[in-house]
Amino acid sequence: MAQRKTLTFALMDPPFESARSTTALRLIDAALRRGHHVNVFAYEGAVHLAFAHQQPHANAVHGRSLEEEDHPLPRQWIAALQAAAEAAGLRLDWVNCGLCVDERGVGESIAGVRRGGPPDFARFVQESDNTLVIPVRD
Amino acid sequence: METYLLIASRDPFTARDMDGVYDLAASLAARGHPVTVFLVQNGVLAARRIPAAEPLTRLARSGIAVLAEEFSLRERGIATDRLATGIRTADLGYVVDALADGARVLWN
Amino acid sequence: MSKRILSVVTCGHRATLEEQDDPIMWLTRAMRGAGTVVDVFLQGNAVSYGVRAQDAGGLSFGERRQTQPPRLAADSAALISGGATVLYAADDARQRGIEPAELIEGLVAVEPSAVPRLFSAYDLILWW
Repeated sequence: MAQRKTLTFALMDPPFESARSTTALRLIDAALRRGHHVNVFAYEGAVHLAFAHQQPHANAVHGRSLEEEDHPLPRQWIAALQAAAEAAGLRLDWVNCGLCVDERGVGESIAGVRRGGPPDFARFVQESDNTLVIPVRD
Repeated sequence: METYLLIASRDPFTARDMDGVYDLAASLAARGHPVTVFLVQNGVLAARRIPAAEPLTRLARSGIAVLAEEFSLRERGIATDRLATGIRTADLGYVVDALADGARVLWN
Repeated sequence: MSKRILSVVTCGHRATLEEQDDPIMWLTRAMRGAGTVVDVFLQGNAVSYGVRAQDAGGLSFGERRQTQPPRLAADSAALISGGATVLYAADDARQRGIEPAELIEGLVAVEPSAVPRLFSAYDLILWW
């Protein structure tokens, strides 16, 4: 196993709009599997990723019931990453930018996701071993 | 000398600025920095043996590692034996390893 | 020792009317307020942020007027007067027909050949 590091990811994309949000979660999953601690600063639309009220739906086009469709919800993927981190004795510190939360009205996040702001991101980038920004694009 | 990993997540057909990313890779390598270009998501659409892959093939010939992410290729039905010369495959964990090793990882 | 950081801003005018700010320029100023040493490199469409004549005022939706439009040139100038170095990609500005005389005071032009050396002067590149 590689030497344990602390890696910070800054995310900006909301779910269901870009491939970037899924790739971001895959990277976090890979980092945890490799035994690294992870910080996440969810900025702008990325504060939607952990929103507690995401709901699945059935798929009439494919004739699938709610259960059959088993529609992914980012909040569930994040919860699974939190569980994986805990099981491995790793930190997954997920911070939502509070002002971004307020303006989007997504104040209720899943447990384990905390409200923060730029000082948290500033501390993450100073204290972690490396930082990757996954930016939005026009 | 700092190591760079440039992630190319968009394709050059719709994102005009991807040429700038390839140019940055060449510029950094010309100054002696170890550089890898990592194609992910629609970035792998430039990886087939097509004219659009020529900038990537040129980078590979110059000594820059050009990697295409395995899942992104599979997701788009791009067979690994159809990749342009010089493009190899890697899994997404390569990016995490590069971060852990201290590379400057820049996402485009 | 704290890291010296370069924030590379690429997208221009994305969500700036709704946010009344550029989100990355805003975040950079907030990080500087928290004591982080961070400079800015404007590239791509973000080179527009140095143009003095930007004017986003006057929007209204029905009877609701926007009272605080983004003032991106002023924000760039505020970073400079606050001690940050704000650089811009000279080639990207030329491609977009932006003349140096149109830009605010204090911006530093960077030619493409100088970018690797610029990056080496910082401990961390945040590529937005």
